[in-house]
Amino acid sequence: MIGGFTLDLIALQLVTGVALGAIYVLLAIGLSLIFGLLNVVNFAHGAFFMVGAYVGVFLFGLTGNFWVSLVITPLMVGGLGLVVERFLVRPLYGRGIDYPLLLTFGLSYVMVEAVRITFGLTGLRLPTPPELRGAVNLGIGYFPLYRLFLIAFTGFIVAALWYFIERTRYGLIIRAGASDPEIVQVLGIDIARVWLVVFAIGTGVAGLSGILAAPLQGVTPEMGVPVLAEAFVVTVVGGMGSLGGAVIAGLLVGIVVAMTSLVAPDMAKVAIFTLMAVVLLVRPRGIMGRAGGMG
Amino acid sequence: MSLTANSSRDTVPGSTTLWLESARKHRFALTLVFLLILPWLMPYEALAVNILIMGLYALGFNLVFGYTGLLSFGHAAFLGTGAYACGIAIATYGIGWFGGIVIGTAVATLTAAVMGVLAIRTRGIYFAMVTLALSMCVYYGLYQMQWLTGGENGLRGVNVKTISVLGLELPFINPTVKYYVVLAFVATAIWLFSRLLASPFGAVLEAIRENEERAKACGYDVARTKLVVFIISGAICGLAGALNALHLSIVPIETLHYTTSGQAVMMALLGGMGTFFGPFIGAATFLLIQDVASSMTNHWQLFVGMIFIGFVLFFPRGIWGSILHWLEGR
Repeated sequence: MIGGFTLDLIALQLVTGVALGAIYVLLAIGLSLIFGLLNVVNFAHGAFFMVGAYVGVFLFGLTGNFWVSLVITPLMVGGLGLVVERFLVRPLYGRGIDYPLLLTFGLSYVMVEAVRITFGLTGLRLPTPPELRGAVNLGIGYFPLYRLFLIAFTGFIVAALWYFIERTRYGLIIRAGASDPEIVQVLGIDIARVWLVVFAIGTGVAGLSGILAAPLQGVTPEMGVPVLAEAFVVTVVGGMGSLGGAVIAGLLVGIVVAMTSLVAPDMAKVAIFTLMAVVLLVRPRGIMGRAGGMG
Repeated sequence: MSLTANSSRDTVPGSTTLWLESARKHRFALTLVFLLILPWLMPYEALAVNILIMGLYALGFNLVFGYTGLLSFGHAAFLGTGAYACGIAIATYGIGWFGGIVIGTAVATLTAAVMGVLAIRTRGIYFAMVTLALSMCVYYGLYQMQWLTGGENGLRGVNVKTISVLGLELPFINPTVKYYVVLAFVATAIWLFSRLLASPFGAVLEAIRENEERAKACGYDVARTKLVVFIISGAICGLAGALNALHLSIVPIETLHYTTSGQAVMMALLGGMGTFFGPFIGAATFLLIQDVASSMTNHWQLFVGMIFIGFVLFFPRGIWGSILHWLEGR
């Protein structure tokens, strides 16, 4: 017993935190990827998350199959990302780091309103797929199957992204583009296309986290608004532009939320921002942030 | 890298430029004249009061954004704490309206000092994210303190019906009286603001915006200057918040949300970053679009978002900034 809670309960809440953190991890990876390469802070990231949830609900209504929706949603949201990068963000390169940020902020208004017009103001629901309903016994207690799936699936996506970036030819180009875009350009690689693809991957992963979160929390046009602030916290805590940092910080934030909920449910949101303040005081560049990565 | 809109110093002085220079010298007087006649230009007076207050809010924000080159997404925290502190002082503790304004401004200044100390540790693009996150911490914190702030229902009952100035009892519920009482505070603030910009301190701000490294090399304490600017900016926005609490008689919890910070960003950019008069033009434009569009459709934010995107892409100088630029180029 610790503070009136059994060890089993604490352990179970820890797993809950990891499941919650999985969504944060995916969100932060998308943000971090786009920032690391394009030097763009995507203020529409929460909106892409929300659009992902809506696209998921829409496709589920069309096909009746969660798994099909899960595969197609990130592709469609990533496709939207392609259009946004090509026609809205690209004209702003070289005009100062604040402009893409301001643009994506305006874009988030447009995306939220567009969804309100298309799907209405009231919330929608995406049912948990039948295969993932119920709970399993983890030895410490019963745990919802869908949340276990969330942890495993996020692990798979993170591993796939890591393999893509660290072990493939395309990943090599992306990493080279992050460290020196001019040299990459000189070597005959169309860097603009690399940026386009990275923006699409980042927003696609945001869309994926949207459909994954949908069965847990319901789908509303405003669901991306608080998520953006939380994704920022994760990125600041983990260190901007670091994949490993996003994973560690995402899980950490998820666990902090779950543990605070156990003691004082009302203070869960405040706790994650306090965590960020502490990290800023102790280590302003984040857990895994590069020393020079703050400029 | 810089987001400047007003630098005529390297152009050859022509007659227009000289005229502009003299206008710049009298910018406070000219702005005041505009604000004095504003109620007659607007469809109704409550809108004029909104423009006045949100203009002051955007002006305070512009000190950090346009003049120093720091993009903050946390200024809602100052507008909000200013409004809540003023509102609580009046509604809960029965302190007079003037005391409420002083307390509101003081609490916002303190909030800015705490947030500033944390946020100034980061640079560049991090600053926007950190200020946003810190302001959301204030939002959730006050949201939970229901006994003090009314939680999600907001703070109600900030009723000020009459105010006494120099023995005169003025009916504050009369929109015209309300406008000119608020203007007295706004005018004082922008006069001080104008003095600040004209001082050597104002020149240091410009130096930091144009080239931070060089300013540092010249021996200026960049970090401390940024902190001081952030606090002054917070104080101005806190005053705007306190006035808004008196104006609306309530403080909605959304005042603290980062979307309200985004409003300051939008108004400053629409009007003209780093221009003295721009924030008021930006506030007037934003609120008029909102007023007109929301009477026609529920989805007015669609228009606001698209117009903002259009300005970022094609008119980053903003309305007033573009006019100034055009005049300078003649």
